[in-house]
Amino acid sequence: MNCDEAEVLLHALIDGELDAGHAREVEAHIVICATCAARLRDFQELRKTTSAMDLRYAAPASLRAKIETGLPKAPASAPTRRAAIKGFAFGAGLSALAASGLLVMVMRNDDRQRVLGEVVSAHLRSLQAQHLIDVQSSDQHTVKPWFNGRLDLAPPVVDLTAQGFTLLGGRLDTFDAKPVAVIVYRRRVHIINLFCAPAPGSADRAAVMESLHGYNVQHWSENGLTLWAVSDLNAEELAEFGDKFEAALRQ
Amino acid sequence: MGGVERYAFPVKKAGAAAMAGGAADRSEGDRAERFKQLALPHLDDVYTLARYLLRSASDADDAVQECYLRAFRHFATFRGGPIKPWLFAILRNVCHAAATGKVRLVYAADQQDDAAAKPVWHEESETPEQALARRDNSDLMRRLIGELPAEFREVIVLREINDLSYRDIASVIEAPIGTVMSRLARARALLREAWMAAEGGGQSK
Repeated sequence: MNCDEAEVLLHALIDGELDAGHAREVEAHIVICATCAARLRDFQELRKTTSAMDLRYAAPASLRAKIETGLPKAPASAPTRRAAIKGFAFGAGLSALAASGLLVMVMRNDDRQRVLGEVVSAHLRSLQAQHLIDVQSSDQHTVKPWFNGRLDLAPPVVDLTAQGFTLLGGRLDTFDAKPVAVIVYRRRVHIINLFCAPAPGSADRAAVMESLHGYNVQHWSENGLTLWAVSDLNAEELAEFGDKFEAALRQ
Repeated sequence: MGGVERYAFPVKKAGAAAMAGGAADRSEGDRAERFKQLALPHLDDVYTLARYLLRSASDADDAVQECYLRAFRHFATFRGGPIKPWLFAILRNVCHAAATGKVRLVYAADQQDDAAAKPVWHEESETPEQALARRDNSDLMRRLIGELPAEFREVIVLREINDLSYRDIASVIEAPIGTVMSRLARARALLREAWMAAEGGGQSK
């Protein structure tokens, strides 16, 4: 391999885009060529510099709103007047059914929507108000004890750095008018807020993925705790986060 | 003027109104809901790319709106997989369409209105002084990336800021992977040169 080839390929090496054979060739060249070795170091340095920087822009809220209003609405979220009248007519019948549990189900659904709204709001608030983290540490043994005496629960804190989710720290937040523990993680540039609230006596519930205003929310219950992971991260990776988190807890 | 003109974006206001007010049948609404869930989480990413390509907050706003309109209109042609490269490709076409007939790949006039958009994320571990220094450095780097020639600027934004694989970058810029590699090499060399020059000149280090 000559320097011209190496000059291009060393970038692919930095980016982890080379197959094993080519990677070996570039590495072999670097051992014997001081110029290319220095070049590799320079660009690794540059990569480190840029990845530590905040080079992104946040889309203005007005733009998000413009895009959302430009899309057709789901019929369920915009009931027509006729449907409302129909609902009214059925109202009397419904109240008779209230005891049968049908209404309870409807209300639960409403409650879930409200909680979903609250948890996304809390996520946004944490990003806007510069109150993301109270205790800043990537060490789970620093974050977990910090909650002692501040809350009547010991939140599960696990280090998922090896799995690609960096632990940033924790904070106290209020949610549903109750204090909750929040563990903060980051995947690339995406913040994940993990809300933990005690739910004594509640049954374990498998994870459900929901979405509101473009934010994904994964919700599950385990060991008397109810948890919401909220992020602008895509649904697949957020689900992966939930899986990795649970797996790490069981270890 | 500096020889570079601003372009008007053909944002389809009438189309948007028709979509919002038209007979939203169930499948249409469901499709919109699915589109929202998939595409909206990437709004900041798409906006970031638009800001770098167009170097203007207002043009980026228009381009991203047009991009999402087009993406929804052609959502049926989206064949699954990661949606981000698909959105980027659409955005890039929108930006190019805006510049049709003008100098190739010179997207828009350079405008410094960074104050309008706040960075998405601030580290909170540092002292205010450190934070300020870092902000200055980030602003400097943003400016230097913005000053790169367009074909190098886009690969830097796709690779360094959006973390796309070479294959995805190739599909976004509609070029072979070999081209992606050589452009990225050149782009990083240019950026490093500019960064070293700015650091050496601007700071007593």
